[in-house]
Amino acid sequence: MILHPSVLALVGSALLVGALLVYSAFWGARIVQSWDLSSGSELQLALERRTHLISTLLGYVLVFGLASLFLFVFTADSLAPLFTGAMCAAGSLHASRYGYPTLLLQIGGFALAAIWLIVNRADSLGYDYPLVRFKYRFLLALTPVLLAETALRAAYFLDLKPEVITSCCGSLFGSGGRGFGSDLAGLPPSLAGGVFVALLLGAIGAGMVFRISGRGGWLLGALSALSLPVGLAAVVSWLSPYVYELPTHHCPFCLLQGEYHWIGYPLYAALLGGSLTGAGVGVLMPFRSIPSLDVELPAYQRRLAGWSVALLTGLGLLVGWIVATSHLRTS
Amino acid sequence: MIRLQDVRRVFHQGRPDELVAVDGVSLHIEGAKVTVLRGPSGSGKTSLLALVGCMARPTSGRIHVGDREVTSLPEHFLAEVRRRTFGFVFQQFHLVRGLTALENVMLPAYPLGGSRKALVIRAQGLLDRFGVGSRSRARADWLSGGEAQRVAIARALVNDPQVIVADEPTAHLDSKLSAGFMDLVAALRDEGRTVVIASHDPIVHDSTVVDRVVTMRDGRIVGEEP
Amino acid sequence: MKRLHIPTWLERQRYLLDFTLSSLGRRKGKNLALTALYAMVVFGLASVLMYTQALRGEAMRILEGAPDVVVQRMVAGRHDLIPADRVERLSRIRGVQEARGRLWGYYYDASAKANLTFLVPEKFWGKAGEVVIGEGVARTRLAAPGEPFPVLASDGSVVILKVRETVPSPSELVSTDLVLLSEPDFRRLFGVPPDLYTDIALTVPNEKEVPMVAAKIRGQMPDSRPITRAEIARTYEAILDWRSGLVVLVLAAALLSFGIVAWDKASGLSADERREIGILKAIGWDTSEVLAVKAWEGAVISLSAFLVGLLLAYVHVFVTSAPLLTPVLKGWSTLYPSFRLTPTLNPFLVSTLFLLTVVPYTVATVVPAWRAATTDPDAVMRS
Repeated sequence: MILHPSVLALVGSALLVGALLVYSAFWGARIVQSWDLSSGSELQLALERRTHLISTLLGYVLVFGLASLFLFVFTADSLAPLFTGAMCAAGSLHASRYGYPTLLLQIGGFALAAIWLIVNRADSLGYDYPLVRFKYRFLLALTPVLLAETALRAAYFLDLKPEVITSCCGSLFGSGGRGFGSDLAGLPPSLAGGVFVALLLGAIGAGMVFRISGRGGWLLGALSALSLPVGLAAVVSWLSPYVYELPTHHCPFCLLQGEYHWIGYPLYAALLGGSLTGAGVGVLMPFRSIPSLDVELPAYQRRLAGWSVALLTGLGLLVGWIVATSHLRTS
Repeated sequence: MIRLQDVRRVFHQGRPDELVAVDGVSLHIEGAKVTVLRGPSGSGKTSLLALVGCMARPTSGRIHVGDREVTSLPEHFLAEVRRRTFGFVFQQFHLVRGLTALENVMLPAYPLGGSRKALVIRAQGLLDRFGVGSRSRARADWLSGGEAQRVAIARALVNDPQVIVADEPTAHLDSKLSAGFMDLVAALRDEGRTVVIASHDPIVHDSTVVDRVVTMRDGRIVGEEP
Repeated sequence: MKRLHIPTWLERQRYLLDFTLSSLGRRKGKNLALTALYAMVVFGLASVLMYTQALRGEAMRILEGAPDVVVQRMVAGRHDLIPADRVERLSRIRGVQEARGRLWGYYYDASAKANLTFLVPEKFWGKAGEVVIGEGVARTRLAAPGEPFPVLASDGSVVILKVRETVPSPSELVSTDLVLLSEPDFRRLFGVPPDLYTDIALTVPNEKEVPMVAAKIRGQMPDSRPITRAEIARTYEAILDWRSGLVVLVLAAALLSFGIVAWDKASGLSADERREIGILKAIGWDTSEVLAVKAWEGAVISLSAFLVGLLLAYVHVFVTSAPLLTPVLKGWSTLYPSFRLTPTLNPFLVSTLFLLTVVPYTVATVVPAWRAATTDPDAVMRS
């Protein structure tokens, strides 16, 4: 265990947010069980009131999740000197077997919470709570994921031992080594880059078609949902060497540092925002036939598609700019 | 305009202190008329008024506002119906202390998010119309009873509602001011608005302005005239 | 319905923010007290974080100039003087570019009631009988260049040295208690024989060979202890983190009581406030609008407390040199009353603070806020 203030902040806030989630899930289960809109009973009124609380709480969970995602990477970064061989976050995350699973689960949990809020918004557009059961079943499925993340995060910090010898990002994300990071880095860059650019263009195209004609929502959803993992993989294997101008440097974390103009922030923000809004369009597709949503839902999906197209286009331009201005020469 | 079918409102359902405030009321409130609910305190007229004004959902029964069935609407849709269709005047006027008269009048329009300039002009116009325009910058707690009531009426009208709902509006007014209130009600009706008043004040239900008086007792309707 | 376009949405948020500000203004006393308390919590935590980050920065700056490996001799588990012939033996180990014997030690200065560090630099630029002193030493001994510098030698005699100059320092923490002098003067003052050194510093150009070199030294000279620079860095980190973690833990108690106060303030809404929310609900506001007002309220209070607390902490740590924290966090020597830290403020610190303060505040207030926002619209009529 390392008694670092940021570690305390991360673990403490995770426990608080976990408590909020358990509370929400408890009421979510009661809603799934006893919801009856036609009744004016006091139980029903109380449950309807709880829905306000739960959507507020999930909104905060999302904001705090984003803040702690960044702090988690920062903290791992600043703990690096404690481990022999670690130069940045990549090494400290590697110092315990819980490190990378925590990070991946954190990204996954954030994505699920964002999708939940999109569904929640869609639900509020209909006058008869059309998605209420789906939404709270989803919440019940989401809660264990987020709680597992809390547990893993605590386990990671408890498991860290300063004397551990780990690897720096150069060897972790180097193409010669073994393990998940090197496998990613070892992907043929042109392949990873090519697939990513194709997906990005596909998602933008599908988004525009959907925005204009209202068709192809499934395709948009699938393409943008895929572009999140593929995009992260492509950053490691293909894009990061362009930023560092070193063919062998594949670290996804150093992008967040000032030496590289904090380019990682707009990059990851556009990737997360664009792919999640696009995926939200796909998630909402099955509900278009619900009578109380038949006008409002397509309009809402169109707005989401607009955001997705805008953010993914911004991402594409940023990536294009990085590649075009880089001094890296690929043979 | 507003139709209620076999409406019940029960508090503390299923507990020893269960209270049936409205017990199987069916009523049709016509548009552009003045309807008064009369009855002793505890007769359920205020609870019925809350149901008519979409402030609460009935425990059972159905309510239609225009052609829209509002009984099972989620709260935020009900709030939307409430602020677009109804204006409320309360027994103690219920102005927010510390805000000016003008700000009080503007409050119901905040959630709609229209242009601020237009809203200020509309609110000031209403205060002028009811003769309290000069008090628009005065804080609500400095207004006299008559002024407060006029500000409350202006507030009820700021979203240009079709229906005005008033709960014991004359309870804190002397006879002269009460008669003046009924003149305002007449003017509102003449503009084509529907007015529903709960009151046990004879000045109200004996007024010539009133089109219909509904008498209540123990949560039920016991008489209607004419 | 509910189809808000962006301009309408913005306009609506502006109305709600306006209302929030006027509502906060109407309950000035209560909200100012809460904000002040909140700001104090932020101030305490921010001071600790800024201070340790700055100390860490200083320590890292020292280490940049430190040797790759230092070899000490251990006698019965205690650090002892090391024979000079080992310099030669160590320099023959593969991977070692250079080995150099070092002389340094501590001296308790009774007149200043402070510990001074006496050090023979690699190339002393003064003459025998002269010293070069750190700014902290100059301050406490009131010694200026050209003035005498009396030192009590190990044989009880008083040796008068002369101050040549004071050293400019990239990091005040290191050089402030430093006294540089020539090798003969050092040996004479502390009675160190010519064939012994305090320790031996090695230069190992290839970082990857450091562990190997350390292992070889342990094998060849069982009574020696090699210390690598990475180990020193880790120790610094661990001590600083551990100390600041401890202080944060203590402050967590303050944080907890703050959370309780926030909860109490938010749930114990005054009758006036309760009535006000009832009126808003009655005239057509929806739960989500009241919740938005409450969220704005939290944001305004958090933001102002955050900014005030952060600003005060910045002044406390970097302008006044953290008088409230020095005894807890540094506690090395009494020499440092006025040393200045290099200011730092980074997203890492701000996001740590955010999670430490805003999260507990929000969690403490969200349920009471929701409870207030779900007041029945007809409640004002029933009262």
